[in-house]
Amino acid sequence: MAFFLQNLVNALQWGSFYALIALGYSMVYSILMLFNFAHGDIFMVGAYIGFGVATGLMVLASLWAFTLPGWLILVLTILLSMFLTSFLGMFVERVGYRPLREAPRASAAITGLMIGIILEILILWGMGTQRVSFPSLIDTVTYNIGGVFITNKKIMIVAISLSFMLALHLFIKKTRWGMAMRAMAFDYVVVPLMGVSINHIARMTFAIGSALAAVAGILFGVAYPVLDPYMGIIFGWKAFVAAILGGRGSIMGATLAGFLLGFIEIFVAMIFPSTLRDLIAYSIVLLILVFRPYGFFGEPYSAKLRL
Amino acid sequence: MLLSVENLQVSYDKIKALHGVNFDIDEGEIVTIIGANGAGKSTTLRAISRMVPVDEGTRMTFQDKDLLKYAADKVVSQLGISHVPEGRRLFGNLTVLENLKLATFARKDRENIVKDIERVFAIFPRLDERKTQKAGTLSGGEQQMLAIGRAFMSGRKIMLLDEPSMGLAPLLMLNVFEALKEINKEGTTILLVEQNARMALKFAGRGYVLESGNLVLEGPSEELLENPEVKKAYLGG
Ligand SMILES: Nc1ncnc2c1ncn2[C@@H]1O[C@H](COP(=O)(O)OP(=O)(O)O)[C@@H](O)[C@H]1O
Ligand SMILES: [Mg+2]
Repeated sequence: MAFFLQNLVNALQWGSFYALIALGYSMVYSILMLFNFAHGDIFMVGAYIGFGVATGLMVLASLWAFTLPGWLILVLTILLSMFLTSFLGMFVERVGYRPLREAPRASAAITGLMIGIILEILILWGMGTQRVSFPSLIDTVTYNIGGVFITNKKIMIVAISLSFMLALHLFIKKTRWGMAMRAMAFDYVVVPLMGVSINHIARMTFAIGSALAAVAGILFGVAYPVLDPYMGIIFGWKAFVAAILGGRGSIMGATLAGFLLGFIEIFVAMIFPSTLRDLIAYSIVLLILVFRPYGFFGEPYSAKLRL
Repeated sequence: MLLSVENLQVSYDKIKALHGVNFDIDEGEIVTIIGANGAGKSTTLRAISRMVPVDEGTRMTFQDKDLLKYAADKVVSQLGISHVPEGRRLFGNLTVLENLKLATFARKDRENIVKDIERVFAIFPRLDERKTQKAGTLSGGEQQMLAIGRAFMSGRKIMLLDEPSMGLAPLLMLNVFEALKEINKEGTTILLVEQNARMALKFAGRGYVLESGNLVLEGPSEELLENPEVKKAYLGG
């Protein structure tokens, strides 16, 4: 039982990363019928930006000889990195995708792959080939609760992730920007007739998705303090799987599917040799899609593509 | 003159759908363009709301402003031109109230919005009863009311209506046109395109006849209703 609970905690943390990244995929897919295949690499760049911001803050603090508590540095790092990474997302949208809005979807898809590769190369070029390690901003405290070991970092990671997911959920449900996003997911052609600029909503969506990817990147750095320029590839693909599994247009679906992937992976690894982990985990995903081809909450896109 | 359209040409994949259409609308008027299926009625409205690109040589002004300088969303938010599209195209996943609110997205006069929503509910009490319902669950008539209400919320200088009578039972159709009359009386100019020529000409003060992308006839509605060619082609003899 303790063993099971231990894995449950790990799965929650692991699923948080997938879910946070999957949200960005899912939102863009919902409103623009487009897979932003650069999104995994935006997560990676977000982690590096977090690394840069955290290091910078620590250097500043030591230069001017004042003490910043680690948690404060972490909070500032998250907020600043979200802000900075959102610009990367907006840039990618403006330069990579907007010119291709009317182009075949396959062209937009390869654009994403290209942008992803460019981001990897730029980071590789800028940071060198050796991996960088994310500064340890807070000391790990381990709690032993009935044989289950929970660290303060794990609790924090899951809590921060869930808070951002809840905030996004409320944003989409309650605000007029969120309303515009939902409308765009339903029938984006008509949206300009409401006086809403499609470009604005698209830009905002990329900004939010990228900011959440940055959060995932920093939290990942806190949990596994080694960054490398290719870390976004596998994470990107898996988050993409989660977005599809969740269903088009469903934030809730992407979140749940992200956590579900985390659970499947961790629990498969608990039972089977870890080399078989992905094989078995993703066979399960395939099986789910056979029975639910539109994912958990998705529906076929029915709107006409022209007015 | 409120809206002036000069030499309007639109092509789809290099095939011309409109071959140089000219017409003007004055403030407060109700004007209709009638024509058969495929004549180019919807295309005309799409061109005015900048939802399709126009060909070289086209000139359109709205309150003496060059319409071609405005993007589709700015046509609505800055010029006050609203468009009820063919097939209504509501956001079925949003509630009735959300559909109305979304249409106010870019409005600067946020203090008037509540009052305007109340006005929509006064014109269409059925929408008030269903305001928390998803738009996708409404009946055809209610959907048309919501489509008009949504346009009312988004911009009110002129309303472009694309076949609002389509699919409505005669009584419901009368209701909808009554409501439009009322909206017009409050100062909204109306441009209506219809296949249902009799209904449209009874409703409008003036009309144009569009045939294969060309305006072939124009005049006051009473004249067009008496015109033998119009009678033969559009009013069933
Ligand atoms: N999206 C489109 N792509 C290609 N051709 C179109 C499109 N929309 C309309 N057309 C063509 O343009 C002409 C005018 O169409 P339309 O404006 O929809 O006519 P109406 O509204 O009077 O029925 C028709 O020949 C139609 O086939
Ligand atoms: Mg039409």
